[in-house]
Amino acid sequence: MTIASSSPPSRLPLGGAEGARTKPRTDRARAGEGRGDGRLAAVFIAPALLGFLVFLLWPTLRGVYLSFTRYNLLTPPEWVGLDNYVRMVHDPIFWNSLEVTVEYVLINIGVQTVAALAIAVLLQRLTRSALLRGIVLTPYLMANVVAGIVWLWILDTQLGIGNEIISGLGLERVPFLADDTWAIPTIALINVWRHVGYTALLLFAGLQAIPGDMYEAAKVDGASEWRMFWRITMPLLRPVLAVVLIMTVIGSFQVFDTVAVTTAGGPANATNVLQYYIYGAAFGRFQFGYASAMSVALLVVLSAITFVQYRLTRAGQTDLG
Amino acid sequence: MAAVATTTTVRPTRRRPSFGRIAAWTAMVAIVLITLLPFYWILRTALSTNNALAAHPGDPLPVDLTTGGFERALGLQSTEEAIAQGGAGGGLTFWRYLINSVVVATLITVCQIFFSAMAAYAFARLRWRGRDKTFGLFLAGLMVPAIFTLLPNFVLIKQLGLVDTLLGISLPTMFMTPFAVFFLRQFFMNVPREVEEAALLDGAGKIRIFFRVMLPMASTPVLTLGVLTYITAWNDYFWPLMVSYSDSSRVLTVALAIFRAQTPQTGYDWSGLMAATLVAALPMVVLFGIFARRIVSSISFTGIK
Repeated sequence: MTIASSSPPSRLPLGGAEGARTKPRTDRARAGEGRGDGRLAAVFIAPALLGFLVFLLWPTLRGVYLSFTRYNLLTPPEWVGLDNYVRMVHDPIFWNSLEVTVEYVLINIGVQTVAALAIAVLLQRLTRSALLRGIVLTPYLMANVVAGIVWLWILDTQLGIGNEIISGLGLERVPFLADDTWAIPTIALINVWRHVGYTALLLFAGLQAIPGDMYEAAKVDGASEWRMFWRITMPLLRPVLAVVLIMTVIGSFQVFDTVAVTTAGGPANATNVLQYYIYGAAFGRFQFGYASAMSVALLVVLSAITFVQYRLTRAGQTDLG
Repeated sequence: MAAVATTTTVRPTRRRPSFGRIAAWTAMVAIVLITLLPFYWILRTALSTNNALAAHPGDPLPVDLTTGGFERALGLQSTEEAIAQGGAGGGLTFWRYLINSVVVATLITVCQIFFSAMAAYAFARLRWRGRDKTFGLFLAGLMVPAIFTLLPNFVLIKQLGLVDTLLGISLPTMFMTPFAVFFLRQFFMNVPREVEEAALLDGAGKIRIFFRVMLPMASTPVLTLGVLTYITAWNDYFWPLMVSYSDSSRVLTVALAIFRAQTPQTGYDWSGLMAATLVAALPMVVLFGIFARRIVSSISFTGIK
């Protein structure tokens, strides 16, 4: 979950981008004095480059290669061409996984974005309290596994406090994680609980970059908070919001831990999200080739979504200028 | 909530509380409650016995107060006692997993930040051929989702014979993440040239400048990145689950999931589970508590991910 933003949510990185543009000239001017840098740079870059090549670039290429093979870890990979992809296209459970994952992402991202935006704006417009910002971040300190277990308990049909309250209100108890219609929305909301504070802080960082006197001026003109939100906050926050959205969508597609610990893909594949299915194919049935092919499919889906999102929201541009 | 209430009155623009402001504060209070109440519920459950929980599921206070759950979670209880209190036969050799988690998270954090800082400095302040192309390659690495490299990385770790070792868990993220390099480079580029030039005039070499000038100047971003990396490494589940098979390399997240799976589906050992989740989450809460102020403002101002 460390897919980063290249955006400049605040003044600091903006200055960096500015600096980058003017730097090459001074670099060249100083080229004489920096002649000895090459060898030192090689030493400085070596460990990171090694890690990059061995654990990022090579696995990426290898993953694509493995997707064209039959491979069970015990015997060498055997080239089978497009077999895995053909199988994937005809695999109803794969399509079900994709569908379930998309449902999860839509609910998770939809609720999380609106809630995070609300929290960020409340933090900006109501108070300067660092304590409140800290509190909002606390669920982020928990592992997904821990959060999953905790909500499994709170939402337990018989003994959970959630269902105690529901039945106290005179309503039917809800088998949140055991029912095929409720399970995915429930898992999506559990993860909203854990991540919303972090997303809110990222958006809050973007809000900090909006000059306060714009609100003051609007207030003098008699604008309401509601109007200021739509006319000032939203347009100026859009680039940051777009980048945060791309990041969270990519993270959201990789849901695994919470599913593994709460429903294990059940009931009847209702929560068998793509990453869980891939894990099962690889480590349950040792079909590494097939699992790799599904990973490639996931990569293609993510790239496409990122590209479309980027174009739609014109993430690179800012309204500030 | 008292502390929250006082902060409002400090606001410079003091106005009569409008309907909108009251509604906004109500929403804020609701958010805080939703955020924090589960934590209280964990504590309340952990301090109860399973039998009493079944009899009084909605009681707001701990029922039949006991530390049995914690004893079970820490592996201090005998099997007979545990079963009598509604636990599973299998305990949690908690200290073992705790040490494993600490070793893995520390190894990843220290190495990753250090190596990434070195690379970031080379990208930001040293001049060498192919620098921008190499950096572009690193940036492209940001686009590759974690899941994609997991299977091939597992195959690699297996071929290196490092499955079921702490090193095997740590290795893939020990050297760098594209983000750490990117983030620290961004910082180093903003350090004024004059600082470096002054040190150069004093006869310091570039290596010395990096260790004695640049790295200390970057203490706040390094700290923020470090704590977030530590939390991420501590909370990671998928990769350690793939790589570790036995107690020798099992980290807390994986152990917790196994502990959960051990308790019978018909009657979970809720008090034991909640005690275990609490002790598993506690180190991060303490860590965060120590650095909270600097980290929160650092995230708020730089938009670090």
